Amino acid sequence: MIRTENITKSFGENEVLKGITTEFYTGKPNLIIGSSGAGKTVLLKLLIGLFEPSSGTVYYGDTDLFSLTPKELRTVRMKVGMLFQGNALFDSMTVEENIRFPMDMFTRMTAKEKSARVDECLEMVNMEGINKRYPSEVSGGMQKRVGIARAMVLEPEYLFCDEPNSGLDPQTSILIDELICDLTTRNNITTVINTHDMNSVMGIGDNILLLKNGLVAWRGDKSQVLESDNQTLEDFIFASPFLRRLRTDALKLRNG
Amino acid sequence: MLPNSMLYHLGRYTLLLKSTVARPERFSMYYKETMRQMDAIGVGSVFIVLLISVFIGMVTAVQFADQLGDSFIPSYYIGYIVRDITIIEMAPTITCLVLAGKVGSNLAAEIGGMRQKEHIDAMEIMGVNTAAYLVMPKLIAAVLVIPLLVAISAFVSIIGGYIATVLPGDLSHTEYVLGLRSFFVPRYVFIMFVKAAVFAFLLTSVSCYFGYYVRGGSIELGEASTSAVVVSNVLILLFDFIIALLLT
Repeated sequence: MIRTENITKSFGENEVLKGITTEFYTGKPNLIIGSSGAGKTVLLKLLIGLFEPSSGTVYYGDTDLFSLTPKELRTVRMKVGMLFQGNALFDSMTVEENIRFPMDMFTRMTAKEKSARVDECLEMVNMEGINKRYPSEVSGGMQKRVGIARAMVLEPEYLFCDEPNSGLDPQTSILIDELICDLTTRNNITTVINTHDMNSVMGIGDNILLLKNGLVAWRGDKSQVLESDNQTLEDFIFASPFLRRLRTDALKLRNG
Repeated sequence: MLPNSMLYHLGRYTLLLKSTVARPERFSMYYKETMRQMDAIGVGSVFIVLLISVFIGMVTAVQFADQLGDSFIPSYYIGYIVRDITIIEMAPTITCLVLAGKVGSNLAAEIGGMRQKEHIDAMEIMGVNTAAYLVMPKLIAAVLVIPLLVAISAFVSIIGGYIATVLPGDLSHTEYVLGLRSFFVPRYVFIMFVKAAVFAFLLTSVSCYFGYYVRGGSIELGEASTSAVVVSNVLILLFDFIIALLLT
């Protein structure tokens, strides 16, 4: 489990996060949602330790992330996998080399063991047989899957995904969501997903945190979204007239 | 304002260098990266170094031949002057100024591009000491390879001097070679290698620094690349003067 305690972050005069205390649970997808500029990416980068908070802290279990020495922080990070919005795959390396990189850097596995693990990870994301291709030679959706495979290669305890659906068509988005959800429950890891994709919210939102202007505006799960009377949530999720009508119909159906 | 900004950069540069001195996570990965950089910096720069060196030698010889034309100084001095000026000054300084442009801008753009595409963040999250992994192999490669390039440059410059003076008939082969063999001070070769190693360290570390801390988009990347070259060049000339003061 990851816990934040009254975390704030300012960039100069601009206070992006204004005191967030929350928990991200193990074994289920935790979603951070909110419109652009709400502070989602900043919160995610604070959770990983890429930013230092202005005040407050982040706990991984009982470990205070920001009291660690750089060496201890690197040890914690070895338990973390991350899928970046732009995938962050190394362009000059093949898919196999990308996935193998963390193993090359941190394990004493033999070449054969590494190859087997690469194949295993590619199979896990349904991407067998693309080992020798370069990231530029595969589609955006495939790059996302390769990114997930790389994030999972060292069997992390924590998985962070920064807008995993951005730039993908709705069908591929759903597949990626299902994949992340499946990996989370199967491996019992703590997954934090930063998204503003409504399909993700309604599909895999087991623990949803809605941010607005650097504060938690709403918290709940996908089953509570339809019936919530929180205006910020309503404005964010049911932004278009079509979706608002859909919601009204769904509520009518539910209430008979 | 300027001194504050300079202090800020100096402090951050020092901290970056401090972070690069760390035990590698996996020695073989650093070794592989160092070899790759030696190839990129060394082999990738041989042609441009040969090209500029031959011209440096030719221009130096022609200029001195013209200066000494009507004087009482023996003409074989041209070989001697070309040799010494090449070894002490031209080969290390001009080569490194050119390499600051070629290698330095390349390193700044490479690391800066990695920063912008979140490759550095990705490595950080994996637990990699990115300052060490991205900078140290480049520093080691440059400090090993650039002095070799400078030695090649010195050799080729001297040949350039020969081509420019002996082939047109301004000087005989014997005179030029006599000049090359006269008044040789082995310490000058040592100074050349000291300069080459110091300049290599400066141009690589400064370029990596500007790339590592780049923010924003393509305009900022371009600015970082330019700053890397400009600051490297200024520092090379400053340290050229300091080394000259200390070692001559």
